[in-house]
Amino acid sequence: MSERKFNFKKIKDYLISKFVFINGILSIIVLGLILAFLIYNSIRFFSTYPVLDFLTGTRWAPTSEPNRFGIVPLLSGSAIVAFGAILIAVPLGIGSAIYIGELAPRAVREILKPIVEVLATIPSVVIGFVGIMILGPFIRDLFRISTGLTALAGSVMLAFMALPTIVSISEDAINAVPDKYRFASLALGATKWQKTYQTVVPAASSGMFASVMLGLGRVVGETMTVLMVTGNSPRIVFSWLQPVRTITASIASEMGQTVQGGLHFSALFAIGLILFVITFVINLVADRFISRIKDVE
Amino acid sequence: MDRRYITQRFFYILLLFTALVVVAFVFGIVIYLIIKGAGALSWEFITQKPSGGMREGGIGPIIVGTLYLVLGTLVFSLPTGILAAIYLNEYAKQNKLTRIVRLSIINMAGVPSVVYGLFGLGFFVLFLDFGRSVLAGSLTLALLILPVVITSTEEALKAVPDTYRHASFALGASKWQTVLKVVMPQAVPGIITGVVLGVGRAAGETAPILFTAAAFFQPNMPNSVFDQVMALPYHLYVLVTQVSNAPEDKQWGTALVLLIIVLMFSITSTMIRTRARLRRKSRHDI
Repeated sequence: MSERKFNFKKIKDYLISKFVFINGILSIIVLGLILAFLIYNSIRFFSTYPVLDFLTGTRWAPTSEPNRFGIVPLLSGSAIVAFGAILIAVPLGIGSAIYIGELAPRAVREILKPIVEVLATIPSVVIGFVGIMILGPFIRDLFRISTGLTALAGSVMLAFMALPTIVSISEDAINAVPDKYRFASLALGATKWQKTYQTVVPAASSGMFASVMLGLGRVVGETMTVLMVTGNSPRIVFSWLQPVRTITASIASEMGQTVQGGLHFSALFAIGLILFVITFVINLVADRFISRIKDVE
Repeated sequence: MDRRYITQRFFYILLLFTALVVVAFVFGIVIYLIIKGAGALSWEFITQKPSGGMREGGIGPIIVGTLYLVLGTLVFSLPTGILAAIYLNEYAKQNKLTRIVRLSIINMAGVPSVVYGLFGLGFFVLFLDFGRSVLAGSLTLALLILPVVITSTEEALKAVPDTYRHASFALGASKWQTVLKVVMPQAVPGIITGVVLGVGRAAGETAPILFTAAAFFQPNMPNSVFDQVMALPYHLYVLVTQVSNAPEDKQWGTALVLLIIVLMFSITSTMIRTRARLRRKSRHDI
């Protein structure tokens, strides 16, 4: 009989552990639900609109008659903005990370790091606003074009938004390089700079690559800033001085005008699915390389 | 001078320059916002209702709306995030399921915010029929910051030495008692740091609330969690892109208030972290 009494504590502990377990696996459930909703609405879209026309269509005209849902202009818009952003962010981000992680005196490092962290906290809508007010007119006057709200404006602003990710993870990778590498290099007569670029940077390179991939993921998924500064024109362009529209901007700007459950509504879920897959793959690749940070040796 | 040292000097300066570009950008934005926005700030601006097609009046209800969303996000993300971290650090075995959970958390952190918006619309607003509401918006934002809450809580739990747990078990405490009464109290500063950081991020997000909570114009306070609210990030977007001839000082003022709120969260978070670190250091010294 006394054993049975004892079991209450065990039952309570068992129930608690189950409850903790459910919360623990919530991330799997949420990720699964997100994917399920995107796929469900995409299937509804593709049951009326041919998949091939969607993937190869060169016109995105959801409200014209007949309506066209070709994703190519949006994909190319996202690609050109992201490519430009990474082109700007990689030298700035890796350069800053090497400076902060390897060259800067301790006091300077302690000042620089929180400044980079502040950049990560500025809301994207504020960065977009500053882009419209300052960068847009600047680009317009610099290149003498009719509007400065172009792919270039998006690339510049997104580059800075990717920087906190690139800098902090690259710096982690630099810090993870064992000091004996540095000592060995210096003992062989290398200058401090030779030590940095011949020994430390190669050892940290996979972490740096991971940081760039994560930065790219951030850039591709960024919504409000690109919506505000890239001019919102869903056309295929080959110049950074033209307005474009990205996948994210299309979802954000058009969802409000759709009929719930209509074709346009489900089309936006379909491009959301494409976006999800792209960022998912980018993050998987990044994760592969990030696990190498810890075991450089 | 050795040529190698000239090269060294050149690259040192080049890399310093890249770091300075980043610093200049941050200071540029913050200082410019302060200069342009400070003039608009007044007691009336932060307390009054918007009027005259949002071209006049203040942003009082909009600040309150953002705070409602933040509060809701906190209510939903705090318990689940902490329990998830407790699971990972205290209960989970090193097996395949745990690896999948960790991978899901990493990928959740990488899902674009606008996709959370789509999901919130499909699941909370339409499927569960919460409508565009504080409830649906808070739930969506809670999912968005869940990875931040989980990761930082787990870090905090990890920092609690195992000797504490062993001592507790040796006294006959159950697993849950040990977690609740021994491990958690030690981890509180770390947990608060992460949660405040996450919630601050939620306060500045626009895309997730675009279709789930944000009202274009709704100057009255919500009566229930099923009402829409105006929120600062969306209001700024509306002022800049949808309202023609919105006065510039109102735009800068709104942007500045939003920045101040978000920075307040991140500074609070940093302060808690620093203080906890100092305290721990002094404790070890004894």
